[in-house]
Amino acid sequence: MVSSSTSQEYSASRLGRFRSSRLIWPVLSLAALVLLWEVAALVAAYAGKARTFPGPSEVTATMVREFRSGALQMHVLATLGRVAISFPIAMFLGSAIGIALGRMKGVDRFFDSWLIFFLNLPALVVIILCYVWLGLTETAAIMAVAINKIPNVAVTVREGARSLSRDLAEMAEVYNFGFWKTLRHVTLPQLAPFLIAAARGGLAIVWKIVLVVELLGRSNGVGYQLGIGFQLFDVAMILAYAIAFIIVVQLIEIGILQPLETRLNRWRR
Amino acid sequence: MEEMSDRLRIRVARKEFPAVGVQGANLVIEDLDVSIEPRSFVVLTGPSGCGKSTLLNIVAGLDTDFEGAIDLGNWVRRKTFVFQTPRLLPWRTVYDNIALSLPEGDPRLANIAGLIERVGLTDKVNAYPERLSLGMQRRVALVRGFVQEPDLLLMDEPFVSLDDPTAQELRQLLIDLWHRVRTTVLFVTHDRTEAVMLATRILRLGGRAATRLDDFDVGLTRQQRRDSEAVRLEQTRIFGAS
Repeated sequence: MVSSSTSQEYSASRLGRFRSSRLIWPVLSLAALVLLWEVAALVAAYAGKARTFPGPSEVTATMVREFRSGALQMHVLATLGRVAISFPIAMFLGSAIGIALGRMKGVDRFFDSWLIFFLNLPALVVIILCYVWLGLTETAAIMAVAINKIPNVAVTVREGARSLSRDLAEMAEVYNFGFWKTLRHVTLPQLAPFLIAAARGGLAIVWKIVLVVELLGRSNGVGYQLGIGFQLFDVAMILAYAIAFIIVVQLIEIGILQPLETRLNRWRR
Repeated sequence: MEEMSDRLRIRVARKEFPAVGVQGANLVIEDLDVSIEPRSFVVLTGPSGCGKSTLLNIVAGLDTDFEGAIDLGNWVRRKTFVFQTPRLLPWRTVYDNIALSLPEGDPRLANIAGLIERVGLTDKVNAYPERLSLGMQRRVALVRGFVQEPDLLLMDEPFVSLDDPTAQELRQLLIDLWHRVRTTVLFVTHDRTEAVMLATRILRLGGRAATRLDDFDVGLTRQQRRDSEAVRLEQTRIFGAS
């Protein structure tokens, strides 16, 4: 306990320390990871494996080179575009299916086994089938990603729909809320935690599936570049593109999803 | 065709809950027929679990699975319900919870501030319900019930599980609001003192399946309702010296 300072000063200094410690720890741990990587790369170089195990400095240099040529932005944007289209489609359809299953017992009983089937269907199978049936098109690519994600969203949202409050539904009925008012002020706020959970998990999965889709049947995007890196055994390029996209996804998480969650949770005690 | 009357008539010939698992079907209301006059404050009382709340749900239109008919007369156009729990939307502020019960642009929206002040919550107008005490949440629910200026106000033990002074204060508030808005109230409680304090008429329900056992008029003036001795005497007259 800091007995000499007033409680206000005490809490202020604690807050300051909390803020800086929140920044210091990830920075320190990332620095440690980079250091470990550099040491491992030096060892690999000593063993004559420099090309297949490049260090952080070489990967950074590759990233800067790709950025200067404009290729990095072009491919990252292509991948981001596919994520931006398939992710909302998967969220919307998955949520609609989840709500329907959660609210209607008979429908749920019937379609439950379908859901289990699609949940366990490997992503790769869906991607191959979409390309075989629809050709190597953008539509097939987007569809493959959405189909892979929809069952996960549906299962998460179904859980939320099952636990909707009957008390509040009756209140909305007595006070003549009507369909849209009920959806906006009664139903969706109850589903918000489930939707956020589905969005979080969704974003993490969707972009990884997009890479596979691009690897197999597109001629741009991060996945396509990774395929080329694989053919050339150019590990520096593979890591440069992977890390660039991890950074982009983290920015979306911190810049969009986390503020959204904070906003949606501000009513909580 | 039955003639439209100015009386609210509640007829429930039979209401039962279907069997669930090992529990058999449960008959809760039988042969109940009650007419209610406009502007009266009717309290339904009887032992816990005798079907009072079920009856209220039926009148509210939330439960339509019964034999009988609810004739709302030619005067019940708007009805509101103050539930046993406040049933506020935790993600909406006090003001929004009340405003949402009215259509957008409704002139009655202008009355919200006054009613909130009347129940002493002006400084909580933008607070979220979970940050309020139960007593305050019940006040918000009360305002939501009144702001519509309903023709019929249904109340299901709205002051249960409050400490005595708070409950007493809210009852006074209710009497006050009722005198201003002059709505018809159907109020469920198992608390006999509360029943006598509030009602102009008391219906005692009971039996194996709820039916009307007794029907009393309460002859207290507004002043006498604040007087615990007068309430006690009237309670003894109606329910006996139990």
